[in-house]
Amino acid sequence: MKVLVAVKRVIDYNAKPRVRPDGSGIDLTNLKMSMNPFDEIAVEEAVRLKEAGIASEVVVVSIGPAAAQEVLRTALALGGDRAILLQDDAEVQPLAVAKALTALCKREQPDLLILGKQAIDDDACQTGQMTAALLDWPQATFASRVEIAAGRAQVTREIDGGLETLDLALPAIVTTDLRLNTPRYASLPNIMKAKKKPLETLTAAELGVDLAPRLKTLKVVEPPKRGGGVIVADVATLVDKLRNEAKVI
Amino acid sequence: MAVLVIAEHDNATLKVATRHAVTAGREMAQEVHLLVAGQGCAAVAEQGARLQGVSKVLLADAAVHAHASAENLAAQVLALAGQYTHLVAAASATGKGFMPRVAALLDAAQVSDVLAVETPDTFVRPIYAGNALATVQSPDPVKVVTVRTTGFDPAPDGGNASVEAIEAVQGDARVRFVGQEVTLSSRPELAAARVVVSGGRGMGNGGNFALLETLADQLGGAVGASRAAVDAGFMPNDYQVGQTGKIVAPELYIAVGISGAIQHLAGMKDSKVIVAINKDPEAPIFQVADYGLVADLFEAVPQISGNLG
Repeated sequence: MKVLVAVKRVIDYNAKPRVRPDGSGIDLTNLKMSMNPFDEIAVEEAVRLKEAGIASEVVVVSIGPAAAQEVLRTALALGGDRAILLQDDAEVQPLAVAKALTALCKREQPDLLILGKQAIDDDACQTGQMTAALLDWPQATFASRVEIAAGRAQVTREIDGGLETLDLALPAIVTTDLRLNTPRYASLPNIMKAKKKPLETLTAAELGVDLAPRLKTLKVVEPPKRGGGVIVADVATLVDKLRNEAKVI
Repeated sequence: MAVLVIAEHDNATLKVATRHAVTAGREMAQEVHLLVAGQGCAAVAEQGARLQGVSKVLLADAAVHAHASAENLAAQVLALAGQYTHLVAAASATGKGFMPRVAALLDAAQVSDVLAVETPDTFVRPIYAGNALATVQSPDPVKVVTVRTTGFDPAPDGGNASVEAIEAVQGDARVRFVGQEVTLSSRPELAAARVVVSGGRGMGNGGNFALLETLADQLGGAVGASRAAVDAGFMPNDYQVGQTGKIVAPELYIAVGISGAIQHLAGMKDSKVIVAINKDPEAPIFQVADYGLVADLFEAVPQISGNLG
């Protein structure tokens, strides 16, 4: 069975994004960039499927600038077999990514496509579902457990009231929640080996997809700042202030 | 032309998230219709018909919709999409699951987690864990929008819409529902509670959450947790507040033993009043708290309960 994993290069989750003063977007200059945390979990899950003898090949793909090669190399160091970069410098939005992943899935014919449930930059939470729709594949989003057997995937999902389990016919799409697994660290020998693994670079034209953004961003601003609070001396003062000043209890 | 809001429910009760979505829908167009897709959910359609601002309820009552499967729900919405300018759902786990499928099949770019409607085609949404607000414009003929419920007031009762039964779509046989485990709680729903008392890693273990449960019950509130507390197994996943959990904006949010990582702040910083109780005076949570108490939570929380009693 072949597994395709989609990964995105985003601002590191610990870095604090700065809004550009002219409201045109986020200034990413000199900020640390990393693999989207949900995508690390997706790679880990695919590698575990390979280690369990269920997956035969793990192909990692990314869409973004040349620097996205770094996150693909990371994914290869974690256990991916080969990588594909669809190189494009413009802002890519979920619908365009879904179309590109659809084209890649038609070319690669995986049995399973694993993605993170959302990217921590655009927070859209759309790409997996959109790709499933365009491929007309079933989907299991927000997965916290995946079991593959006999051409089907049994997936436990995190829903608002608890957990739900679905059983899907393959090929299918799974998006990962944080609790699916704990990603491993890449060892130095594996990082060295990853440099020799194949990494193919494509353009949108070669793949026959249009990556132009559809939604127009008119402006980006900082959220309203909260006024400075006070430190209270003791519990009695706290309760008094909540009761008589804030009037919330 | 009208807006179609897709109702969220458990086949018996309309979830409050739908009320917020109806308010958002009314800011996009004059006329709002509500789709209730489920099984044995006539009572939900009646509740929907009473919402102020809803002029028609479409009821697709069929076995294919028993568990709100994303594939079937998306197909049902798609069959109706041509009659609407906007398709709107709450940005809940269900809404996040099926709406992008609808958008892709309409070749529309979905606008996720909308906090405000500026014009019928221009919306404000948070990005980067709520560290920035983007104003985006959609050129699509049918706008597909999920709304963050904390951005809109809940639509009150007071309407009297007609209920029209519609034909359900064919089910997708490739997906089978196996089962679900629902966390039972007598407290108000986390996302809709007026007061939320949340615990973090500082709680030490799951048993200590009883302290927070006592306080929450005294205040008529819900209990939440940080990701650290959930990952440590103190509380189930669906208690998590944050970028990857639930987004809450209660009147009063009490953060107990929570440091205040940006991913947690993303889920609660729109609360009206924030209280932080932490023994570390340097904890980032104090930068957003209206009232901070530097104290050992194991002493402070029972004292607060005692003061309220």
